[in-house]
Amino acid sequence: MEELILSRWQFGITSTYHFLFVPLTLGLSLIVAILETIYVRTGNEMYKRQTKFWGKLFLVNFSMGVVTGIIQEFHFGMNWSEYARFMGDIFGAPLALEALTAFFLESTFLGLWIFGWDRIPKALHAASIWIVALGSNLSALWILIANSFMQHPVGYAIQNGRAEMTDFVALITNPYVFYQFPHTVLSGVVTAGFFVLAISAYHLIRKTHVDFFRTSFKLGLIWAAAGLLLVMGSGHTQTQYITKVQPMKLAAAEALWETTGPAPFAVAAVIDEQNKTNTAEIKIPALLSLLAHDNPNTPVKGINELEKEYIAQYGPGNYIPAVTPLFWSFRMMVVSGSLMLLVVLVSAFLWWRGKLESNPLVLKAVLWSLPLPYLANSSGWFVAEAGRQPWIVFGLQKVEQAVSPNVGAGSIWLSLTGFTLVFALLAAAAVYLVQKFVRQGPVEPSVTPNKPAAKGAALWS
Amino acid sequence: MELSVLWFILLTVLFIGFFFLEGFDYGVGTLLPFLGKNDTERRILINTIGPVWDGNEVWMITAGGAMFAAFPHVYATLFSGFYLALFLMLVALIGRGVAFEFRSKDENPAWRNTWDWLIFFGSAVPALLWGVTVTNLIKGVPINAKMHYVGTFFDLLSPYTLVGGVAFLLVFIFHGAMYLTLKTEGDLVIRARSAAVKAGALAAVFCLALVGMTYTNTDLFASTGAGITLWGAVVMFVGAYGAVFVKRYGLGFILSSLTVALTTIAFFWGLFPRLMVSSLNPAWSLTITNSSSTPYTLKIMTVAALALVPVILLYQGWVYWTFRKRVTAKDLEY
Ligand code: HDD
Ligand code: HEM
Ligand code: HEM
Repeated sequence: MEELILSRWQFGITSTYHFLFVPLTLGLSLIVAILETIYVRTGNEMYKRQTKFWGKLFLVNFSMGVVTGIIQEFHFGMNWSEYARFMGDIFGAPLALEALTAFFLESTFLGLWIFGWDRIPKALHAASIWIVALGSNLSALWILIANSFMQHPVGYAIQNGRAEMTDFVALITNPYVFYQFPHTVLSGVVTAGFFVLAISAYHLIRKTHVDFFRTSFKLGLIWAAAGLLLVMGSGHTQTQYITKVQPMKLAAAEALWETTGPAPFAVAAVIDEQNKTNTAEIKIPALLSLLAHDNPNTPVKGINELEKEYIAQYGPGNYIPAVTPLFWSFRMMVVSGSLMLLVVLVSAFLWWRGKLESNPLVLKAVLWSLPLPYLANSSGWFVAEAGRQPWIVFGLQKVEQAVSPNVGAGSIWLSLTGFTLVFALLAAAAVYLVQKFVRQGPVEPSVTPNKPAAKGAALWS
Repeated sequence: MELSVLWFILLTVLFIGFFFLEGFDYGVGTLLPFLGKNDTERRILINTIGPVWDGNEVWMITAGGAMFAAFPHVYATLFSGFYLALFLMLVALIGRGVAFEFRSKDENPAWRNTWDWLIFFGSAVPALLWGVTVTNLIKGVPINAKMHYVGTFFDLLSPYTLVGGVAFLLVFIFHGAMYLTLKTEGDLVIRARSAAVKAGALAAVFCLALVGMTYTNTDLFASTGAGITLWGAVVMFVGAYGAVFVKRYGLGFILSSLTVALTTIAFFWGLFPRLMVSSLNPAWSLTITNSSSTPYTLKIMTVAALALVPVILLYQGWVYWTFRKRVTAKDLEY
């Protein structure tokens, strides 16, 4: 039992670490690619400096994404061996395909990009960062195909004591992916947008490198605004979809104990999980029905009714996920998104009126908004993963059946503390570098000419 | 051919790619604190593998993913069974991966020194642990009827497997030194050569010990083909060592690569059709039959692998070609 809890903590902590860096990679790779493309098309040196400045920050973040990802790859065997046995026939395929189609592309072409300045033709150099961006987002697609199977299994049959794949096309066209993938990629766009915005605001407040950061602020503003509108839209359709395929997740995230119609939306609630009721609520009438079903009168199923249904379907057991943290996580995501939208709208308006740079208050708000996308990302994944409990694969395998039976609590304590500490130290180093580069600002155009191509013997001479 | 046999071969290919490419990365990383006398030299050493180390590491990630897809029971038994060893390896790799990127981004000597040592440990520890792992696979570990590893971390450490670990480490150091003779200039070439001479001498001793102990500890030589291949690896190594003395570095690198490749082939051949040997009961070993995925999954993965691996080889090869020049103080990015 202790092993189970520890393994869950370890998986949650390490994947949350991983997902601190992943969204920025997804979004910022595209921004850097766009900047370099502008440079190649126009020959404007400023865009080369933009590419290099944001590229440098991108690289620091990327390497953290890589090393936190390596663990994920082996984690399923280490701590969830019975899951790997039960699901391997299906789950291994997207993971292997992710490595074959995406990780090789990203890593190889990123090497080319870092070392290729002045060595390969400009257009090819710009193409290599596009390939990195494509590879990153492709890797997200494969891993989310894997995750979507866990949320909503399709294309399988239970045979020989395990889940076996019967339909690969069904696996990769799982409707769940069509909601999860856009939402996740767009959350990356938003994260990168706010990253660029916040750093640009930092310099605009100090009036340093103003021309440079005016340009990037504008780009970040467009990027973040577009990303936000789309991520919120996709979040809305995703909620409606979840209502259909994982109604318990929705009910738990809304702390809706009894089936109600028209169902109100609880802005805040004091939740009593023991007695399965909320002792106090601030609610907006009929809003939940409207959001979930596009109709204010359709009833929304509550936790208690769903629990009865699940017991009838899957046998006795506890099917209620952790309601309180789910409720608040969901609100954390939505509120973070709304605050970001507010910040973006106000800055866009001031920009349009030409008053932005004379308004340090708003610029400071932009700067201090930087944690918001990170909060939204982490709490979003918490909703997705914790809302699936007690299942590791919905309806097929419970988390308690999935844990490695032969790994002792002592070992997991060691690895849990080890990974957490190592990542904390490395993350601190990464933050140190990022803030250092941010303070430095872009490198001013240098008078020294480009490096001459390296001379020296060829490899096989 | 049965698809599970084909996947056994493909897995071998992935491990060959991994040991060949990461082999010299690990070697360069292990040599870093000893060959680089000053900061510029250390940077040159790191930059020789700068553009390619991450792509090389993906061979390991792919081998892990392919194992999951094709032989899920092996993936489950191996990584849960060798839990602490894998934990150590991952921590080592984590530090190393970040170190390449972070090291030269700050001037502080203490900062740079710390990362250099992380590169050292991050290279030496995995090299050693992979040797321990491979020899354990064939020697046999306590696996019960339910495919669960029932030993402890210390059951993985025996004289044979420790010799295996050290032999792997030394061969990789030698392989890395050979790589450096091709990728550096001047003084560094001379020092890389002398490292190859020293590491090679030690490697020779340990390789012979490994071959001898493989004879007594495992049934590898029961397969004539595997036995011949393992001796072939020894011959290649002798050739590579000779090439160092006559300063035929290109040839030496080719031969050290063949040493790595043939060793990998020999061990997998000796394992076949098993992937993990049970020391408790031969019937409990994990084989391509009792641990593989369904033919349907294997078919899909076969199509994907056969289509994609050649493309990957093509573009990775092209990147190596682009950076084929020797690295000098003028082309440092890391
Ligand atoms: C491919 C599968 C997969 C993917 C892409 C993710 N997860 Fe996950 N997650 C799991 C597969 C999984 C799991 C193996 O199924 C866990 C482990 C135990 C469990 O309950 O589910 C889990 C648990 C889990 C928990 C603990 C929940 C609990 O036990 O109550 C958290 C906080 C996260 N995950 C967070 C994340 C984050 C931040 C991810 C982004 C990278 C992520 N997950 C991606
Ligand atoms: C839990 C399952 C996951 C596993 C097993 C996993 C595995 C990995 C591995 C092994 C790497 C390193 C690749 C390299 O060396 O280049 C990596 C990096 C990466 N992963 Fe994951 N990952 C997981 C979840 C996710 C999710 C959910 C996403 C995105 C939505 C994602 C996106 C990425 C990206 C973009 C990278 C590139 C490096 C970076 O983030 O900066 N991964 N992952
Ligand atoms: C108001 C708007 C939003 C709504 C209604 C919404 C809705 C949702 C829902 C229902 C889930 C759970 C999906 C599942 O269980 O699979 C989710 C997950 C997630 N959300 Fe949001 N979201 C919103 C805004 C945001 C914002 C602004 C971000 C980040 C910038 C974000 C990032 C995420 C992430 C990373 C996940 C996990 C991945 C996934 O399951 O798709 N969300 N969101």
